[in-house]
Order: sequence, then C-alpha cells, then structure tokens
Amino acid sequence: MVGITLGEDHSIRAVTQAPSGNSTAAENGQRPVVLELDGLRAHFATPQGIVKAVDGVNWDVREGETVALVGESGSGKSVTALGIMGLISPPGKITGGRILFGGRDLAQLSQEEMRNIRGHQIAMVFQEPMTSLNPVLTVRRQMTEGMEVHLKMRPKEASERAIELLTLVGIPDAKRRMHEYPHHFSGGMRQRVMIAQALSCNPKVILADEPTTALDVTIQAQVLEVMEGLAHRFNTATVIITHNLGVVARYARRVNVMYAGRLVETGNARDIYTNPQHPYTYGLLQSVPRLNEPRKTSLIPIEGSPPDLARLPQGCAFRPRCRFAVERCGQETPLMALVGPAHAAACWVAASPGGLPK
Amino acid sequence: MTQIVVPAPGPIAQEDQQGAGLGQPLLDVRGLQVHFPARQGGIMEKRRVVKAVDGVTFHVQPGETLGLVGESGCGKTTTGRAVLQLVRPTAGQVLFEGRDLVTMQGEALRQMRRRMQIIFQDPYGSLNPRMTAGDIIAEPLVVHGMVKGRQQLKARVDELLETVGLSATMRRRYVHEFSGGQRQRIGVARALGLQPSLIVCDEPVSALDVSIQAQIINLLEHLQERHRIAYLFIAHDLAVVRHISERVAVMYLGKMMESADRLEIYERPLHPYTQALLSAVPIPDPELETTRERIILEGDVPSPLFPPPGCVFQTRCPKAVAQCKEAVPAWREAAPGHWVACHLV
Ligand SMILES: Nc1ncnc2c1ncn2[C@@H]1O[C@H](COP(=O)(O)OP(=O)(O)O)[C@@H](O)[C@H]1O
Ligand SMILES: Nc1ncnc2c1ncn2[C@@H]1O[C@H](COP(=O)(O)OP(=O)(O)O)[C@@H](O)[C@H]1O
Ligand code: SF4
Ligand SMILES: [Mg+2]
Ligand SMILES: [Mg+2]
Repeated sequence: MVGITLGEDHSIRAVTQAPSGNSTAAENGQRPVVLELDGLRAHFATPQGIVKAVDGVNWDVREGETVALVGESGSGKSVTALGIMGLISPPGKITGGRILFGGRDLAQLSQEEMRNIRGHQIAMVFQEPMTSLNPVLTVRRQMTEGMEVHLKMRPKEASERAIELLTLVGIPDAKRRMHEYPHHFSGGMRQRVMIAQALSCNPKVILADEPTTALDVTIQAQVLEVMEGLAHRFNTATVIITHNLGVVARYARRVNVMYAGRLVETGNARDIYTNPQHPYTYGLLQSVPRLNEPRKTSLIPIEGSPPDLARLPQGCAFRPRCRFAVERCGQETPLMALVGPAHAAACWVAASPGGLPK
Repeated sequence: MTQIVVPAPGPIAQEDQQGAGLGQPLLDVRGLQVHFPARQGGIMEKRRVVKAVDGVTFHVQPGETLGLVGESGCGKTTTGRAVLQLVRPTAGQVLFEGRDLVTMQGEALRQMRRRMQIIFQDPYGSLNPRMTAGDIIAEPLVVHGMVKGRQQLKARVDELLETVGLSATMRRRYVHEFSGGQRQRIGVARALGLQPSLIVCDEPVSALDVSIQAQIINLLEHLQERHRIAYLFIAHDLAVVRHISERVAVMYLGKMMESADRLEIYERPLHPYTQALLSAVPIPDPELETTRERIILEGDVPSPLFPPPGCVFQTRCPKAVAQCKEAVPAWREAAPGHWVACHLV
C-alpha cells in the first residue's frame, strides 16, 4: 500500500485544456471560468489505511454553465463538493491541489474566510434537504439569515426577497408558508426551499449533490425544471452531482466522469454519450436499459464491484473490471489524454492509435 | 410480441377479468384493500384510515413478470406484503393457484407461503448481520424441512450460492463483508432455496449502482428462465421495469390506474398518469432530451389520509374534466388485455 502518491497533476492537466487562469477562456469567445479544480486531493486517514477519496481531480465550470459530475457511489463526488465548500472534517483533509475561485485558492483560506464564501458566493444543495435546513427555524429565518449577513440587507428587504425567491421556485402562497418549519413541507417542496435558499445571495456557483435522487420522477422533473430556469435567469454556474445518466443527459452540457477518486473521462455531453472512450463510461452507458430503444434481450453489466479506496490496485483502478485491459494497465496509472476535441479520457487503450474497440 | 386477437369480451370473459383465455393465473388478486388505522387526528375527529391499497385487481401468470410501478407511498410495498399475507387485507381476494389465501390460517397458510418468497430493496437491512451467508441461506431450508441432515444442507447451500453467482467459499462470511450487489445475491439465494413459484421483488435493485443493477437483473432473468418462477417486480424505475416485465401495472394513491402488456403500455399509454410518468423519466441521450416534450405534473401526491373524491389523480391530472371530481372511474378493459381507470378513455 502506498500512502503518498506523487503528483502527476501537471501531466494530467497539461492535456486537458490549458489552465484558463480565469481570463484566457474569455478571449476564446467562451464564458469565463468561475471555478476550477487543479489536481484536488482529499484523503481520509483511517485505521484501514489512507482512503484516497479524491485523488488528483481537475475540472472547471464556466459562468452560467451546467456541468455534471457522475460516477458510482463511493467514487468521490460528494467529497469533491465538500472539499470546495471547506466542509471536509477529520480524519479527512485536503492533501493537495488548488481550488481556484475569484482569483484565490480556496484550499488556502481560513475557516473564517471560507464562511464568507460558503452560502454566499458558492452554495450547495444536498440530496436530503434536512441536512442543510434547520428543523427548529422557520423557513423565513433560514432564507433571510444569509441575506442579512452576506448582503447586509435589512430584515424587511430580506423577507421580501425571500418571498420572491420562494415564489420563483414554485412554493404556492409563499408569503404565508415561509413562517412554517421545514417539516411542514413535502420532500419536493423542501428541495425547492433549499434551492431558493441556495440562490438567495446570488452565488456564482451552485453545487447540487444528488438534488433529486430522493425524489419521485414527477417531482424530479419539477425540481430540475426550476433549477434550470433559475440558473439561466441568474447566470449561475451549476455543478450537478448525480449517478443518474438520464438526469445528466437532460441537464448538463459538459460531463466529468469519476471512478475511484479520479476523473476518468471529460467532454461534452453529446460526445460522451455517443462516443464514450473510457471503458467505465462505456460500460455504464451499456448497462442501463433505455426507454427510447428496443428492449435488449439481456443487459450488459460491468462485472465485479468498485475497489476499496484504501487498497487501490496498481495501475488503472478500473482494470479488475475492465474488458479492454492490456498488460500496461496493471502497471502504470493512465493519465488524462485527449481522445477528441475537448474530449479526454484516462485509459491506455483509449489513448492508443485505434482508440477503444467497440 | 404479437398481439393475439381475442374475440370481443363477452360477459364470460368480463367475469374472468384479465385472465381470459390464458389458463389459470398463478396469482389472481381481486379488489385488494389494505387500510391502516391512522394515528393522527383529535379525539373528536372521526377515526380516519390510511387507504394504503384501495381495491386493486391484477394477476400474474406462471413464469411471467408483472412490473408494479408508481411513486413512493402509492401502496406497492403494501400490495406485495398483502399478497404474501405478511399484512392481512381489509378486503378482497388473493387467489394463489386458485385458493384464497385471505381465508387461510395456520399450517395451511404456512404451506402456501413456502412457495411465495420476497426479496427486499435494502440488502443491508433485510439480512441479519450476526449470521453468516451460509446460515442466512440455510435457515428457511431448515425451518421448512427441505433437506435431511447436515451433509445435504451444506450441499444445498453451496449449490444455491453458486446458482446466484457467489462461491461456496463465501459461506462463512458475514453480511458486512459483502458488497451491496453480493448481499442482494444472498437475498436471492435465500428466497430460491424453497423453490418458490412466485417471488415478490420489492425494489430489488433500487439501492444498487447502475453497473451492479444490470448484474442482478440478469441474474433474476436467468433464474426465471431456468426455474419458471413468476415475479411481482415492484420498482419505480420505468426503464428497468420495461426491461424485465412482460406486463406492467401502474398504481397511484392506493389504486390501479392502468395495466397492460409491456409493449402496449409503453407505446400506447392510455392513462394520463402513465403518460406523465413516462414523459418525466429522463433518458440517457442528450440529443433526445433537449427536444423531447415533457408533461410536468403540478403539485404533490395528496395524502392517503385525505384522498381526493372522484378519480384520485384528478388534483394533478392535466386532462381532468368536471366528471373526474365527482365519480370514481371504473376499472375496465379498453383494449384486449389493456385495463385502465379513467373517464376519458
Ligand atoms: N469520514 C470518512 N471517513 C473515511 N472515509 C470516508 C469518509 N467520508 C467519505 N469517505 C470515503 O470517501 C469515498 C468517497 O466518498 P463520497 O465522495 O461520499 O462518494 P460519492 O459521493 O461519489 O458516493 C468513499 O469511499 C467513502 O468511503
Ligand atoms: N403499517 C402502516 N401503518 C400505517 N400506514 C402505513 C403502514 N404501512 C404503510 N403505510 C402507508 O401506506 C401508504 C403506502 O405505503 P407503501 O405500500 O409503503 O408504498 P410504496 O411501497 O408504494 O412506497 C403510505 O402512505 C404509507 O405511509
Ligand atoms: S487503462 Fe486499461 S484497465 Fe484501465 S480502463 Fe483503460 S483499458 Fe481498462
Ligand atoms: Mg455522494
Ligand atoms: Mg415501497
């Protein structure tokens, strides 16, 4: 077991897009990058060993853009988001890399400085609203608190904006209902309250961690519609974390796929779905039954299960489950390499001249 | 699948409900009701009941899979449990091979139950953490006297482990030593031991990752083919249900909305609820998703304590008319084998 991994970050990021430095992108006619992860690492020191929950991850999100972070449970999606928010607690900590936001590296900020960013400039929406809503405070109080602290609004002003936001997210009779407590709201309604709260201080970025996973499909459709409309209206960058490939297709323009704490593929949604290059992404897309296609006689699963993050195999972490593996896969960890324009994958076979044989 | 042309349903076929011409169903559920006493409400208030299942009718043929779908709280689990008599119905019939389980008690019921098993959603919660995989699988075999002697028991447990894709060497391991997918396999092996002819699968893959879901679905299909087991497959993932089911039944707020052949219900959904449900499922195809039309239902599912009058779906139905608020729509056969409860169909 290797406790420390030497930083291959630079080789990884050299082949994704050139680091934007928040300005070069604008010159390309693209919207400016608002948040960028550069080789982010977050490890947990446990009795079983070092759990490399996030191990050298690079991605960025641009103004007003929606990016998805997908991968199976335990792949490090939530830890990535918590890392950005400065919310990882012992035995976990950020052990490397940078979180670039507004010209600063959030990984270097004090708790005090992070408090000013959290909920104000970067907000998070959780799967279970009750983890972020306080059960003993009225919805009004929770909505206005952030606005009073961060935006220095007077209570009356903040209340008015709260009503406006709650109405926007589709809470009927918001003026009256905001005096109620979270448990008086249904699951879908609570999720809306949390979205309204997340938006209250005009954040530049929203991190939505499985925002609809606990909801039924008809409610999921409502909530996604609301989130999409608001992000568009306020030009908020959204990172949606999910394992639902349908939600990603519905919602995101760019996709980052994680496996065992690392990014394994990144690209535009269309490229990823029509031409997946990493065997994990390919396998994932193959394994889901689809409503728009003729029924298959049998599904094509990915055999085996994900590795223990404290005991990663040598070489590629996906190798034990991979149908395409070659000898090199068991020896060297594959780095991100371009497999098409704005499309990269970390796989030896995908990076070879013939690409992934399908 | 080709649609067999059935003569227009005469009075006899009507009486025989959906089973017309297909031989005796393995499971025939008629007008099933399960009402729970509600704890809420003041002393003065009239005692209310939760109508968890409120008059549902469906059947399952030997060796087939009936998918049961609907949003959480609509009564799927209660229906599954009532079929097995794990909760006793308030009214209705549950005919298993023609015999009504609702009227059965004691040993007679125990004998019937052996042939009906259940697999749960949560492979963590449903398996005893203090037992080894081997013991978990052996327990029902011992209880029902399915094997003679230790040697035969061990051989049968090993065989079952291998049938579900685990190895006999895993017999001595405890539940926490298995991954989610493996735990679900243990649950399947345990259910399989009694050679059931029906398994109620209550969200068996919902808690699993997509890549593991496909493994378990393939396993269930393989076992069905080999042992001709019928499944009542409860799930909320409509794509999974389409894959695994021959026929599909859609519930809403304790009532049956629609049931038909897989092809029929997915290609020609008649009920506005089924239509909305299908349109709400995001499809893993970005091209399609940007252009697809969606029916977004307003509001939440009403509380089963206060179900709306008339059609239970009327408060959210985009097509509702005045009649929907007044009269409960009848459960009727709109096309051969295609049943629906909607005034507009
Ligand atoms: N407090 C903790 N202690 C030890 N390991 C942890 C802790 N929190 C998360 N992890 C580990 O980090 C990995 C990534 O977790 P997470 O980011 O929550 O995954 P995801 O959100 O992709 O499902 C998992 O293997 C998990 O076990
Ligand atoms: N033992 C019980 N006592 C009271 N109400 C119950 C009980 N079991 C289920 N219910 C209620 O019955 C309804 C149907 O529940 P359930 O069958 O679990 O739905 P589903 O499986 O479709 O999510 C829900 O409103 C639920 O709260
Ligand atoms: S690097 Fe090798 S083992 Fe890893 S995904 Fe590619 S082919 Fe498979
Ligand atoms: Mg998570
Ligand atoms: Mg249930």
